[in-house]
Amino acid sequence: MSARPPVTDWLTDFDHQSPQWIADPFPIWDKIRASACPIAHTDRYQGVYLPTRYQDVRDIAYDPEHFSSRRVVIREEYPLDAKAPPITSDPPEHRPARMVLLPAFTPKVIDKLEGHTRALCDELIDSILARHAAGEPIDAAVDYAQHIPVRVIAHMMGLPSDTGDLFREWIHLTLVAGITDPQALVRGFSEMTHYLKDVVAERRANPGEDLVSYLLQAKFDDHEFDDEHVIGTLRLLLIAGIDTTWSGLGSSLWHLATHADDRRRLVAQPDLMPTAIEEFLRAYSPVTMARVIKEDTELNGCPMKAGHGVLLSFPAANRDPEMFPDADKVLIDRKENRHAAFGLGIHRCIGSNLARMEMTVGVEQWLRRIPEFTLDKDRPMTWSIGTVRGPRLLPVRIGA
Amino acid sequence: MGTSIVLKIALDRELCQGHNRCKRIAPELFELDDYGIASVVGDGTVPAGQEEQARLAVANCPEFAISINEVPEGEKR
Repeated sequence: MSARPPVTDWLTDFDHQSPQWIADPFPIWDKIRASACPIAHTDRYQGVYLPTRYQDVRDIAYDPEHFSSRRVVIREEYPLDAKAPPITSDPPEHRPARMVLLPAFTPKVIDKLEGHTRALCDELIDSILARHAAGEPIDAAVDYAQHIPVRVIAHMMGLPSDTGDLFREWIHLTLVAGITDPQALVRGFSEMTHYLKDVVAERRANPGEDLVSYLLQAKFDDHEFDDEHVIGTLRLLLIAGIDTTWSGLGSSLWHLATHADDRRRLVAQPDLMPTAIEEFLRAYSPVTMARVIKEDTELNGCPMKAGHGVLLSFPAANRDPEMFPDADKVLIDRKENRHAAFGLGIHRCIGSNLARMEMTVGVEQWLRRIPEFTLDKDRPMTWSIGTVRGPRLLPVRIGA
Repeated sequence: MGTSIVLKIALDRELCQGHNRCKRIAPELFELDDYGIASVVGDGTVPAGQEEQARLAVANCPEFAISINEVPEGEKR
């Protein structure tokens, strides 16, 4: 990566890819939120605004008239305008594309995947414990968290579980390497599209009980969806469903590795799991979305110019003390937690039930079998770069 | 004899986006349609003993779609 000019002023020159932001963005957001204009701006990335208050984030999420989802990622360049409906759709196209997906992600459907998910977590832990016994170092992100969502989505699509490794490679090209290298983005994107085309053609010919077959047959009102639309939606499920959940699970394990009191409490009181998971989602929200401003507008006194982007920071909103008492504290028994980790309004994350289930099962199985673990400070720990935040290296020491 | 007061919850289905937080917190008070959009069970009257779950469902809804009211027993609203 080329050297980035250092940030001169977080209010007028922020950079969400700067090392300081990547390591610890929370004080930056707190500073912007407490300033006279809690919506920061940068000329970088062709001009981007950054709201930090819950109310501002909410108002933007509720206003697709002014804030389009045409681009949901902020990059240096936009080598392709890939559609992934419904996340990149605005009204009126948005609704049918979303409605057709919703039935595939309700609690009733997702609950049925819990047993499979638990078994694959156990399989990963079997291998981790065997390697640990052989004296090998263990990484909770690389050896565990990153494998869970790819395998579950492969299972949902009726594909063998090792397809997950292919998915991880494309996610890396499009979301990691692709942030700074447009060629990597284009390559990952075209490999993924090519593969999905074959899967779609195969399921057209031989439909099964899987998600791909469901989408090919699904209708909403009078809308049917052509292959291109279905491929776009499958691309979305891979891109949106994988590194996000892996990040949420990784951040939860990072917290438990670095906060022994919370870890022991959760082991002793597993009934705290639901509030703990919601609190990890709030405090370490993995996903920041983006919008493009369609026409000049004003938001709570701040003028916003057409053509500029917006980093729709649900993570910053979730740290707003106006909305959450003790916003900077992680309280695993927080009962009132109206967090926006899965977004707000018409683009609420369609996979939220799936993500919750994977995070819950992932943490539960880990704690049942590895109740004692800490961060290994002798090896590097890293956070992701970009608009999905989570540990990419999470070295842990297993045992008391 | 005075009328007793009951708690009633109401859910605005136009605001609901299917986060399903209410269903997880208070499974007996909410039901979901095939799209995951919630509605209250019955007329929304909160049975005795479930007042806390009802309040938490209101307080955790990300879309502010649920409200709770004290109404005299038997009153429609």
